[in-house]
Amino acid sequence: MLDSKIPAGKLEEKWVDYKGHCKLVNPANKRKLEIIIVGTGLAGASAAASLGELGYKVKAFCFQDSPRRAHSIAAQGGINAAKNYQNDGDSVFRLFYDTVKGGDYRAREANVHRLAEVSVNIIDQCVAQGVPFAREYGGLLNNRSFGGTQVKRTFYAAGQTGQQLLIGAYQALERQVALGNVTMYSRHEMLDVVMVEGKARGIIARNLVNGELERHFGHAVLLCTGGYGNVFYLSTNAMGSNVTAAWKAHKKGATFANPCFTQIHPTCIPVSGDHQSKLTLMSESLRNDGRIWVPKQKGDKRKANDIPEEERDYYLERRYPAFGNLVPRDVASRAAKERCDAGYGVGTTGQAVYLDFKFNLINKYGKTEAGKLGIENPDIETLMRLGKEVVKEEYGNLFDMYEKITGENPYEVPMRIYPAVHYTMGGLWVDYELMTNVKGLYCLGEANFSDHGANRLGASALMQGLADGYFVIPYTIGNYLADEIATKPIPLTHEAFEQTEKSVADRINTLMNIKGKQTVESFHKRLGKIMWEKCGMARNAQGLQEAITEIQALKKEFWSDVRIPGTINEMNPELDKAGRVADFIELGELMCKDALNRNESCGGHFREESQTAEGEAERKDDEFAYVAAWEYAGESNWNLHKEHLNFEIAKPTQRSYK
Amino acid sequence: MEHYNMNLTLKVWRQKNASDSGRFETYPVKNISSEMSFLEMIDVLNEELISEGKDPIAFDHDCREGICGACSMYINGRPHGPWHANTTCQLHMRAYQDGDTVVIEPWRANSFPVIKDLVVDRSAFDRIIQAGGYISINTGNAVDANAIAINKDNADAAFAAAACIGCGACVAACKNSSALLFVSAKVSHLALLPQGNPERKTRAMNMVAQMDKEGFGACTNTGACEAVCPKEISIENIARLNREYMMAGAASDK
Amino acid sequence: MKWSELFTSSIGKKWVMALTGLFLIIFLIVHAGINACIWANDGGVMFNKAAHFMGSTVVIRIAEIGLFLGIFLHIIQGLMLEFQNRSKRKKGYAVPMGNKGSKWYSRSMGLLGTILLLFFILHWWHFWVPARFIGHPELTELEINGVHMHNMYNLMQYTFQELWVVIAYVIACISLCWHLIHGFQSAFRTVGVSNAKYNSLIQNVGVGYSIIISLAFAMMPVSMYLGWV
Repeated sequence: MLDSKIPAGKLEEKWVDYKGHCKLVNPANKRKLEIIIVGTGLAGASAAASLGELGYKVKAFCFQDSPRRAHSIAAQGGINAAKNYQNDGDSVFRLFYDTVKGGDYRAREANVHRLAEVSVNIIDQCVAQGVPFAREYGGLLNNRSFGGTQVKRTFYAAGQTGQQLLIGAYQALERQVALGNVTMYSRHEMLDVVMVEGKARGIIARNLVNGELERHFGHAVLLCTGGYGNVFYLSTNAMGSNVTAAWKAHKKGATFANPCFTQIHPTCIPVSGDHQSKLTLMSESLRNDGRIWVPKQKGDKRKANDIPEEERDYYLERRYPAFGNLVPRDVASRAAKERCDAGYGVGTTGQAVYLDFKFNLINKYGKTEAGKLGIENPDIETLMRLGKEVVKEEYGNLFDMYEKITGENPYEVPMRIYPAVHYTMGGLWVDYELMTNVKGLYCLGEANFSDHGANRLGASALMQGLADGYFVIPYTIGNYLADEIATKPIPLTHEAFEQTEKSVADRINTLMNIKGKQTVESFHKRLGKIMWEKCGMARNAQGLQEAITEIQALKKEFWSDVRIPGTINEMNPELDKAGRVADFIELGELMCKDALNRNESCGGHFREESQTAEGEAERKDDEFAYVAAWEYAGESNWNLHKEHLNFEIAKPTQRSYK
Repeated sequence: MEHYNMNLTLKVWRQKNASDSGRFETYPVKNISSEMSFLEMIDVLNEELISEGKDPIAFDHDCREGICGACSMYINGRPHGPWHANTTCQLHMRAYQDGDTVVIEPWRANSFPVIKDLVVDRSAFDRIIQAGGYISINTGNAVDANAIAINKDNADAAFAAAACIGCGACVAACKNSSALLFVSAKVSHLALLPQGNPERKTRAMNMVAQMDKEGFGACTNTGACEAVCPKEISIENIARLNREYMMAGAASDK
Repeated sequence: MKWSELFTSSIGKKWVMALTGLFLIIFLIVHAGINACIWANDGGVMFNKAAHFMGSTVVIRIAEIGLFLGIFLHIIQGLMLEFQNRSKRKKGYAVPMGNKGSKWYSRSMGLLGTILLLFFILHWWHFWVPARFIGHPELTELEINGVHMHNMYNLMQYTFQELWVVIAYVIACISLCWHLIHGFQSAFRTVGVSNAKYNSLIQNVGVGYSIIISLAFAMMPVSMYLGWV
């Protein structure tokens, strides 16, 4: 059932070879081919722009009021590329190797190598679009380092890299809108895929302003709808981020791969109370300059600055001397949880650790600046002041953001941080061409499962989204559409459209007619609590089984007692949310099922049953070196398909960052 | 940070749809923690409204970390509330004291018609970008990223202008409902980079023409836009656009 | 882009306001300079000579046409902008933004300008219309160094014996001051002269200019009413 379509040949020649031999569509025929793109984040906007430029007729959809608001915009730290501008030993191979290793050997080698190859083109493209990356005084691009790597290959624009890249893609997209190649449908949500003779041929979308259902035809459908971290209720995702589009595709036959692989980001602002609606990330790049610690003494209630140096436990530097504070995200998150669970946590809830900049403000930046200015024997205050100026330029917006949320000044007192759900490596299964197992249905960016294995390295999400949209899909989609040039647009009165629209309308009516007592939000919170406690940073068989039972019960309760105010034919955010939460509940069950099946620890997935004597994650390559792709088979029922992973170049070893 | 609880009176603009005339409704909210964000406070109110069988307040919001630009409330006579360089979603309740009255209105401008309650239609901004807010380069055409060195000060200034989140607070704050800060930020971002140079003149002319067509007012340099901009986009950009525009218009061939 | 499109766009209109404004700023210096001759304490000789020079020199008379064009363009464009801008927000705010972000006089250029327009009508009626067209009983003739000229000084002294006139002129000068404080720096910004290095200079020179010019004009009727000259 699952054919990954990985081209034959040597790893570094596969993509070149593929491009040299894939089918092409001539310009006259491109104009006759329609492509639907759902989602306008980095993957969606870049795909829409690139395909529009090629001459395809593109329709792009987003639920926000403008494509510029997609949550890619919130990515902070940077984007990786194997440019080796720093002359520090980087190469395409190293980026490939780091990504496979960082992903704990659960990604496809061929995909990852392609990603590393095109990474260099992405930076060129973005600079040409006017993305204002940080520069050196000589006028050339600057880089910073990120977790899980030992080279500086991350390009950035202060702490707003995602914003700048998305604006670049958005502008390219709007240019195509102006040229008439792309039609933009904002405030529209895709609610189902329309299948005709086994191929994806369109979507049913709901206009979120007036509630009307619309039918749209496409020779191919691209889902670029991002991750599903909001299944945990609290995550760093935007409030509207959801799994609905991917989930509808899943129910139409697309397999869902590795759903349990979620990334818990180590540096987020901790929860302050029950009212919390979302969590805010503090970029991983801060770990370049911040040192993470907890007090050596349990339950130490002194203020951070009152705890002397010798009573601080820099536990990452202690446990992982080689990588120190720059260990990959999953490792850093679990280490924080371990300390807090053991009673060393700080802050009112005890669910936080310190991220302290003082040391580097003084020693790294302060002293360098003082040296530049020729100040001899500077005092601590001067060093602090000089250091602050540099840090402000690098991360000023992040420090401001922290202060707005917490009311504390992170230049003076250490930040309090705690891990939070951030990214989902799992997603719709796709082959080398980014097509799901449903013909004509593609999935790009975070929404697919492909490139990050069980753990994503920092600054790689932006890279993957743009790689898929700018440099992969323009080639691979041609290979499919070349055979579709004779297919005439299917009339919207076709029974497949009729029936799909009816089923969508029926579901909305059912939801509206429950007229129960509990709000959508309350169900979402309860789902999130189950997921976080039992399918979060550490998982075990018993907890996962309990979670499945609890989620099934929650689902029943939802469908009998949810209360949705208002009506269908108006702007009704509660109704939009209800549909999304209903899908999250179903996804939650599958995530637990997948986590239960994968009785090993790898990357972001930590099974308590599978750990070394030192408490480090233990991978089981003999049993689990496969992609778990789940096929929907009716309510609470899935069939597992395995795509075995072969590692020919990057031979699996137990990851060690010591 | 010390935290406390408060009771507030909210006066919120309610409008069923674009054709409804709309009115203010008053809602008391109780036991609001100073650690909540402003939007979380609205969430609490909405949960109560739903429980009481009433229609919750519709408002645009998404990232809730001050970068997507979706949130758009005019709070007690100031877009995005009282804090400097801040979006509504980043505003926290420690900005208020027990007993305060908070009046919440949507962005007001003919070019930003109300869709429902506090939600307005800002698609005019997208159309202004469509008129020229880009560099016309197709995917795959780019030269090496380091082929052109860019003066760091220019790159930094371009970045500062490109930080605009397109929220529309500038329009909401301007007595003339002018979008010039938004337009000038984009023109400046691209004009300051060598890559933006080939289309520099047409971009300035076309974007301004589209802005006028969308029905925004003319700038009178009051500076209110800069004062409320969550990303501190400088009014210097407006001066730059004025310059760019006149140079482009006066020097054009036609 | 055609010239017509250029100058009817929102930015083009602002350029018209700025350029005419800057022109009027220069004119005000000339006007204030000539009028300051009343303080020569010579019974108006110097002032009358200066006024006569302005009224009888061909170049100046041609420039006067430009001046009137500038004034009217500034007034008409200003009023149109004000009304157009006001119409861009049909439904206003319940809680006005007030001074949270801008100065009252920056927001009130239309109002201040209208006060000035009303003042101009009065001012022209007092001096320009009698001198140029219909004459006035107090606008006597005199001869200095063999040159016949109007005794404008006399007309001024007559006009500023009325308290309400003096008050009206002082109010107009206060309006002028606020109008200029915004207008001066705004004009530079509109024509694109804005740069961190020069901004504070422009700002300070603008405030200084506005206060000195307005004070000078206001002191003229006050001096005459109080009999200082």
